[in-house]
Amino acid sequence: MSTTTWAWLVLLFPLLGTLINGLGYRRLGRGAAGAIGTAAIGLAFVCALGALFSLQGHDAEHRELVSSLWDYAVTGTSGVDAKLSILVDPLSVYMMLVVTGISTLIHLYSVSYMSSDHGYARYFSYLNFFVFSMLVLVLGGNFLMLIVGWAFVGAASYLLISFWYRRGTATQAGIKAFVINVVGDVGLVLGTFFVLRYSGTLDFLGTFRAVEGGAFDAHNGALVAGCLLILVGAFAKSAQIPLHTWLPDAMEGPTPVSSLIHAATMVTAGVYLIARLHPLFEAAPAAADTAAIVGCVTLLIAGTIALTQTDIKRVIAYSTMSQIGYMIMAVGAGGYVAGLFHLMTHAFFKALLFMAAGSIIGAMAGAQSLDKMSGFRKAMPFTFGCFVVGGLALSGVPPFSGFFSKDEILAFVGNRGGWFVALYVVGYIGAFLTAVYTWRMIFRAFWGEPCAEAKELEHGHLAHAEVPTNPANGEVEDTDVGFPGPEHTIAEHAMPMKVAMTLLAIGATVAGLVQIPNVDHVITNFLEPTFADSKYIHDEPGNSLTYFGMALGTVLALLGIALAHRIWVAKPGSAAAWRTRFAPAYHLFVNKWWFDEAIDFFVVRPFAAFGNFSRRTFERVVVEGTLVDGTTSVVRAGSAAVRAIQTGFLRYYAALLLLGGAAVVLYFLIASS
Amino acid sequence: MSIAWYLVVSALIFCIGAGGVLVRRNPLVILLCLELMLNAANLALIAFSRMHGNSDGQIFALIVLVVAACEVTVGLGLIVAIFRRRLPIDVDELRELQG
Repeated sequence: MSTTTWAWLVLLFPLLGTLINGLGYRRLGRGAAGAIGTAAIGLAFVCALGALFSLQGHDAEHRELVSSLWDYAVTGTSGVDAKLSILVDPLSVYMMLVVTGISTLIHLYSVSYMSSDHGYARYFSYLNFFVFSMLVLVLGGNFLMLIVGWAFVGAASYLLISFWYRRGTATQAGIKAFVINVVGDVGLVLGTFFVLRYSGTLDFLGTFRAVEGGAFDAHNGALVAGCLLILVGAFAKSAQIPLHTWLPDAMEGPTPVSSLIHAATMVTAGVYLIARLHPLFEAAPAAADTAAIVGCVTLLIAGTIALTQTDIKRVIAYSTMSQIGYMIMAVGAGGYVAGLFHLMTHAFFKALLFMAAGSIIGAMAGAQSLDKMSGFRKAMPFTFGCFVVGGLALSGVPPFSGFFSKDEILAFVGNRGGWFVALYVVGYIGAFLTAVYTWRMIFRAFWGEPCAEAKELEHGHLAHAEVPTNPANGEVEDTDVGFPGPEHTIAEHAMPMKVAMTLLAIGATVAGLVQIPNVDHVITNFLEPTFADSKYIHDEPGNSLTYFGMALGTVLALLGIALAHRIWVAKPGSAAAWRTRFAPAYHLFVNKWWFDEAIDFFVVRPFAAFGNFSRRTFERVVVEGTLVDGTTSVVRAGSAAVRAIQTGFLRYYAALLLLGGAAVVLYFLIASS
Repeated sequence: MSIAWYLVVSALIFCIGAGGVLVRRNPLVILLCLELMLNAANLALIAFSRMHGNSDGQIFALIVLVVAACEVTVGLGLIVAIFRRRLPIDVDELRELQG
């Protein structure tokens, strides 16, 4: 089979899974729905591997393959080459492998985790749709397919975040995610128009050739504007400041969904987008620099917020934001390989952390607050192990995967010199914060005196909520469809969860070894054909910078862990002292830098006020008062006049009939004489 | 005899019938008056048939008779139904179908 056939198959299987689960949700049993959903993504992963091997069989110069299934044939009229086409190159194959590989494990985990939930088939249908959308996004060979995939991902995230649709907080979070993503979609579409205007083609490779051929030399302003608008799309999807507020709220969805959004799909889309469009961004350095700066600011702000959150999933969510900030900073600065490498390692350890968090939440019977958890170390040894592996990888302790990838990013950024050094320094501050907040979470959940649930679990009883409640606001719920199911599952009791987490833990440990400075460069070599035209591809940081960075990263990570240990284990209660000592900073962090409030004040309220004003003036007066009521009153007046004739008197009708007949006869008489 | 006489008689009968339909309130009498109008038309048709010397008009008149028979059947049926429900036998009272 040809490479592109493999890639089409990768798209086909998740779509089939979506349709089978979505259409047959009444008839499919639980086992069948989960098996179909997991098998669909698993087969997609196998096909992605097929595409990988097939692609490696080509020469390095011929690894950009385009395949088009359908031409929408608007070329003749409007000059837009809209095609249903995919682009298979090392970058898309790489993304395909990450997306399908991690998603398969998340599906496997969900089989157990969601086992008692009503709406099981619906869940797997949405999940498959999510993966399908993401694959459309990364495989699309032109801007059209990209935008379609982009919008599909937004819709799928809405469906999954609001999966428990009778939970008010969940539906609100879904709407928020959707609206912010639509802001990004608008940016992406407008940016595409800017690019299309001078490149004349929607096709990626055609656009890149146009950029290289100097189509934008005289219109660099348009290119910069286009790239900045595309960045709006990337920031919204990848939860970069200031469009990040949907991401923590998205924790309202089921935990495997958080895992999917954060590890394999969705938030990595922005990183992919910048890497995919790197020739545009290199021709518009102002936009690329903006991306790098925003990524850097995001990684710092998200890190500080994560320090103070008490919801275990939200801590991990802010950590995702922070890590995506690293990736955006890397690809903005031109370190595409480093950014994508971190994307892959992050997918492993972040999926693992979410799965482990899901396991703890299961043991807590749905509660998510770190304040209630403690001492789970003995009760849940497997989950604890996974958390430690994920935490070490996230904080960047050698030899775990996060260490190599984060270090590569920072070394690359530092090597750019100039003002990039500021980003480099902030990056290391962020790395220190990462270690602190990650281990704060681990120490609080696993160390200390075991809480009631942990003690029960040590005796083999899984805690069970008497009355199911919403962990966000304590509202009482039932366990029917639209709310979480009655039973919770922990990894220690469920084989599929254990398998998925073990595989991810192995990945999180060893995935970094494929790319060690001066030892091997698997990812660089693999991605080289895509980025061969990049002017930064040969910007290798020197040995001194690399080794200095590695040492500094290790020291900072260990220092962070030590600090966390000191505050939350060695001297319990010192956290309160820190809170009072740095009260202003604490308030800033715990209120998430007031981004929600600021957006509410500057965007939501003006728009709401404008909407209300328009409703009061324009809609009530012009639309309702004049147009609608005017039309009805004209019709009513006319019909009242006609109705008056209908008296109901039979003799009256007969008289009219006769008069009419007589009039006709008279007319003909007069006309004929 | 001139055809005018026949037509004058026909017109007279028609007008008597039409006047009856307009002024009388008893549906039974209105039906009778309708019959008068129809038969006035029949008389005119037969007169024309005779004048032209072919039988088209007579066939027409026969068809009118058939229609009249049907109409009387329905009409009388309606009147009986009204009577059975003890509604007033007066077309001015039966005016629920106003707009």
